[in-house]
Amino acid sequence: MSEWWTYRPSDFLLFSARTYWRLFELYNADLWPWQGVALVLGIGLLAATTLRGGERVVRVAFIGLAGCWLWVAWAYHLERYASINWAATWLAAAFALQGLVLLVQAGVGRRRVRERTDLARTVGVALTAYAVLAQPVLGRLVDRPWSQAEVFGLAPDPTVLATLGLLLATEASTAADRAARVLAHLAWPLPLLWCALSGATLWTLQTPHAGVLPLAGLLALGVAWRTRRAATTGPRPRRS
Amino acid sequence: MAVARAAGGQAVQSAAVHTKPIPSTGEALPLVGLGSWITFNVGNDRVAREACAEVMRAFLGAGGRMIDSSPMYGSSQAVIGEGLARLGQPAAVFAADKVWVSTGKDGPAQIEASRRLWRVPRFDLLQVHNLLGWEAHLPTLLAMKAARQLRYVGITTSEGRRHREIEALMRSQPIDFVQVSYNLLDREVEQRILPLARERGIAVIANRPFREGALLRELQRHALPRWASDIDCDGWAQFALKFIVSHPALTCAIPATSSVAHVRQNMGAATGRMPDEAMRRRMAAHVESL
Repeated sequence: MSEWWTYRPSDFLLFSARTYWRLFELYNADLWPWQGVALVLGIGLLAATTLRGGERVVRVAFIGLAGCWLWVAWAYHLERYASINWAATWLAAAFALQGLVLLVQAGVGRRRVRERTDLARTVGVALTAYAVLAQPVLGRLVDRPWSQAEVFGLAPDPTVLATLGLLLATEASTAADRAARVLAHLAWPLPLLWCALSGATLWTLQTPHAGVLPLAGLLALGVAWRTRRAATTGPRPRRS
Repeated sequence: MAVARAAGGQAVQSAAVHTKPIPSTGEALPLVGLGSWITFNVGNDRVAREACAEVMRAFLGAGGRMIDSSPMYGSSQAVIGEGLARLGQPAAVFAADKVWVSTGKDGPAQIEASRRLWRVPRFDLLQVHNLLGWEAHLPTLLAMKAARQLRYVGITTSEGRRHREIEALMRSQPIDFVQVSYNLLDREVEQRILPLARERGIAVIANRPFREGALLRELQRHALPRWASDIDCDGWAQFALKFIVSHPALTCAIPATSSVAHVRQNMGAATGRMPDEAMRRRMAAHVESL
């Protein structure tokens, strides 16, 4: 692309805000009443991170989340979003890949919920709670109808936020479990990229809550960075 | 006022629409066309698709002809095709589309896919979108024109990009149309491209006449000057469009809209008294002073 510096995000936006939110309205109408099942799944995920689930519970949570990513890849990106955005085919592939990464994580990596006092767990639970309980309400606060709500497990934004929440709230069961740590690292880039991409889309559509996802992504990244740094450096030895 | 037979058989009263000749053939084109960027990309939404068909009905009923789209515009081509089918494939339509793919070998397949989406036997005008892969596509389009599979060939750009290349191609290639951004605030093309188009006998299409609506939103914060009635403007949209299409080198402008009321208002800019050079200067100065 020549003269790339002259392009703005709006130059890549192919649709109007009305068309974008109508997409969710039609999507929700097609899926009704499965939003209830998705909500139950989300509350289960929230319970797993809040109640300090063990390895088995975390494994089930990752499997459920992987299913959500695969569903969003197919039902949202490929079947709906691609009708107004030709790039959504690539997004579908990326979401499917993330679903597979989470599945492998569930199968190979042994993870557990962090200690209650751990900041990463607190922020992880907060992000998951926001994704499952607050995100669907967000549209109503800016005068969009309930029919256009973004529901965890069905819509990309809350699914991505809940994923960041679960990644933050859990840790490798043993420090020596290299597979769990490597897989956890692989699971971060796509959700973070989506936070930036979705934020840019909503900002271009002049959506009032456009900043929520990028800020949540930055918060998750910052807390993860701080937690990792603390784990690698450990407590400083006292000078005698 | 004249009675026009709208697409779908509906009789519509419309004032005589001004036209300009396409320099390479003399064929008359109405001064206002219909763009489809963003507004017609409504996906599989049945209600929105019906609304787009109504916009097309109103456009054609008011005497419009050129509808412009691109493979880049999401579902717009399919929405236009469905609209044309609903309206009984009106013969008046001047079908303008683009080729937008980087490799030359993929051009013919994309053009054919676009034609099927439009559901037309052939395009009237095909343009190389944003000059992407023009070296390979222009020979293809010119060969299609020679084989009577296409009537006109053009190139496009937007928002002032690659104007030097546009100029070079206008000088070196036998193109019929050039499409550029031109409006009350974006007037760079007045310096070189519009004079060159007149000199070379190339028709000019103005895209982004309202800066994707931003210009109108800004203008609508102010009262329309009284003297706008001297050129039969009923609002800022007609004011902005009349300024564009009254440039001697301009052939037509292609505002996009998803509103029947707005398309009728836009078509009104192709009727009534038009600004002369002195009035155009006054219009531009007034908008710059706001």
